[in-house]
Amino acid sequence: MQKNHFELFGLPARFSIDLQALDQLYRKIQSEVHPDRFAAASSAERLKSMQLATEANEAYQILKNPTSRARHLLQLQGIDTHEDSNTAMPADFLMLQMEWREAIEEASAASDIDALDNLLSETRKTARQLQQQLHALLDQPDAIAAAAETVRKLSFIDKVQADIGHAINKLQDA
Amino acid sequence: MALLQIAEPGMSTAPHQHKLAVGIDLGTTNSLVATVRSSMSTVLHDEEGHALLPSVVHYRADGSIEVGYAAQAQQSHDPHNTIVSAKRFMGRGLKDIGDTVQLPYQFIDTPGMVQIQTRAGIKSPVEVSAEILKVLKQRAEHALGGELAGAVITVPAYFDDAQRQATKDAARLAGLNVLRLLNEPTAAAVAYGLDNAAEGVYVIYDLGGGTFDVSVLRLSKGVFEVLATNGDSALGGDDFDRRIFCWMLEEAKLSPISPEDTRQLLTKSREAKEWLTDHAEARITSLLKNGELVDLTLTSSKLKELSQHLIAKTLAPIRKALRDAGLSIDEVKGVVMVGGATRMPQVRHAVADFFGQDPLTNLDPDKVVALGAAIQANVLAGNRGEDDLLLLDVIPLSLGLETMGGLAERIIPRNATLPVARAQDFTTFKDGQTAMSIHVVQGERELVSDCRSLARFELRGIPPMAAGAARIRVTFQVDADGLLSVSAREQTSGVEAHIVVKPSYGLSEDEIINMLETSFKSAETDKQARALQEARVESQRLLEAIAAALAKDGALLSANEKQTINEKMQALSELAKTEDSHAIHDAVEALNRATEEFAARRMDASVKQALAGQNLKTLEL
Repeated sequence: MQKNHFELFGLPARFSIDLQALDQLYRKIQSEVHPDRFAAASSAERLKSMQLATEANEAYQILKNPTSRARHLLQLQGIDTHEDSNTAMPADFLMLQMEWREAIEEASAASDIDALDNLLSETRKTARQLQQQLHALLDQPDAIAAAAETVRKLSFIDKVQADIGHAINKLQDA
Repeated sequence: MALLQIAEPGMSTAPHQHKLAVGIDLGTTNSLVATVRSSMSTVLHDEEGHALLPSVVHYRADGSIEVGYAAQAQQSHDPHNTIVSAKRFMGRGLKDIGDTVQLPYQFIDTPGMVQIQTRAGIKSPVEVSAEILKVLKQRAEHALGGELAGAVITVPAYFDDAQRQATKDAARLAGLNVLRLLNEPTAAAVAYGLDNAAEGVYVIYDLGGGTFDVSVLRLSKGVFEVLATNGDSALGGDDFDRRIFCWMLEEAKLSPISPEDTRQLLTKSREAKEWLTDHAEARITSLLKNGELVDLTLTSSKLKELSQHLIAKTLAPIRKALRDAGLSIDEVKGVVMVGGATRMPQVRHAVADFFGQDPLTNLDPDKVVALGAAIQANVLAGNRGEDDLLLLDVIPLSLGLETMGGLAERIIPRNATLPVARAQDFTTFKDGQTAMSIHVVQGERELVSDCRSLARFELRGIPPMAAGAARIRVTFQVDADGLLSVSAREQTSGVEAHIVVKPSYGLSEDEIINMLETSFKSAETDKQARALQEARVESQRLLEAIAAALAKDGALLSANEKQTINEKMQALSELAKTEDSHAIHDAVEALNRATEEFAARRMDASVKQALAGQNLKTLEL
């Protein structure tokens, strides 16, 4: 059974959510359940508090990030995005990936942090466009396959962004 | 007119009593204890009026132990038996400690954590730290006139699991009830934020005696949310002293010198560094044992040159923390300076240049951590109202498992908000494989050999299956103290293994009990008395907690359920009057089990209540 993380916050299960409201609700719940509220309580209460606070943290992280929020919405509909096994992508997206990877290597070799920063902005822009598409796709029952593919694309981009971050770290440490 | 309240005869008024709770900053160079009195956080002084307790322990020839200034005065005379900066060795092996050559100790390379040979025998850094904590505990109990209900002890945010566990063990050895381990920069943020009613994104730059931490926090209406933390758990003010020391050796062309002279020159280095905070140059004179006279002048610009590399080393972690938080420099509203080493003008200038704004220095950088810890201790002990101050902290370093080929598979990423749990499924590699060895590591590197090994344990009794058929779910749980427990379960057969991460480093439970016993040098009856005392304290705590819960939320229980709990409470309070610590302990467990359902209902009700207060319209987009 897939747990519905929207329920914990009393939010409707959809892609468009008010992130500020989510922040507020998250803090409100943590104010009630966080282990710091139960430092002097019985061990039964401390355990329960740790479980609930852990759950609230997990739910918050999943809903806050657009990629994981979309993935979660699909999971609630019984759709697995198969990000580990299904790596088939349209040719133009694969090309873009390769270009980015090459750009990371080139910029790293040239110790060009600005180029990496620009690349990061570029990936963010592409990610935003994909997120816009998700708004429409997730609301149409017949577009679920397309939504799953968009989530896979976003997850690719997340990895590229992490790699850009690593590359920048390496250069700045040197 | 307010009505006077009269307690029912025999009913304890304890839940409303002000509990004595303290915050302790167990520092590399100095330690402090603070408490909240009449809603003000204040540092407690010793009888001579000192706030700081030098973190120095001297094992004397007559068998007694000196801590603090008296011990510090001995460090040049008796360097082998005077332990300074023990915090640097907490939870660390010999290979983790860089330049042991310059340290006057006889290290013993024991697995997990290094130990030190002294005239009082072999001492673990945990025992040395416990001596410091005992003195602070006495100071607090003397000042506050009663036994402490609990303490919050601060640790560098960048401390790993081994270092945190070692700190908690030290507190236990000192007889302290640890309410929480709190990250030093977070403690500083609490003191600063509450004092200045700060809102927005703040960076805490904490350069202590031996550790460097940077934390990025968002402060909003009493919620202190750590967004990212980074640092270097082996970089601090001590390193600046050592740079000056090396410069002196070079300038004065000194051949290898004795441990006594090393200690003396290191002290001179520290004094020169401190002098240069307000002066342009410092004269250093010292008469060595062989009669040689060292007479040098260190200028402020020379110090800048010597410390440049060290200061630069603090900037990389700041960049990383900001990137992890997804923030740029111009989004930072203020930078709070913490730790004695941030008094150095060279450090302040570098930080001001980096952020393009002057850092905030209006709270004493030596005291701010203890002050914040005291505020948190006061909250945790239940002395404050319910809806103020919430700290959401993170885990500083990723946690993972070793997989095929010596690679680390990340399970919990760094900067995940605590408490956090993650599960990951693994499978068997060979046909008929019945056991699986699980190696838990912490760190950011890809190779297991580059990460810190936290624990190894085995899951045995997996039913023989084809390779890849077993499903082993490994669950990591990190609690609010940042401490990890790991459990593994084979899903098809239900075979389980669980450990609180501990055995592969530091002290085993047996070793701690042994230390507790030797430190009290007690006869068998004393041990029993101690066990009885602990059981009684535990039962008292539980009875108070449940009485408070019943008074508040008793309506969540049926009459029958209430009666069951009341009977168990009655049984426990009767037993607590007897001498049987085992029976008391069992009754505590029974009462805990009997209240599990009540605990769950209370928690659910409070969450519902919190959400009910929200205007649903604001949630619709």
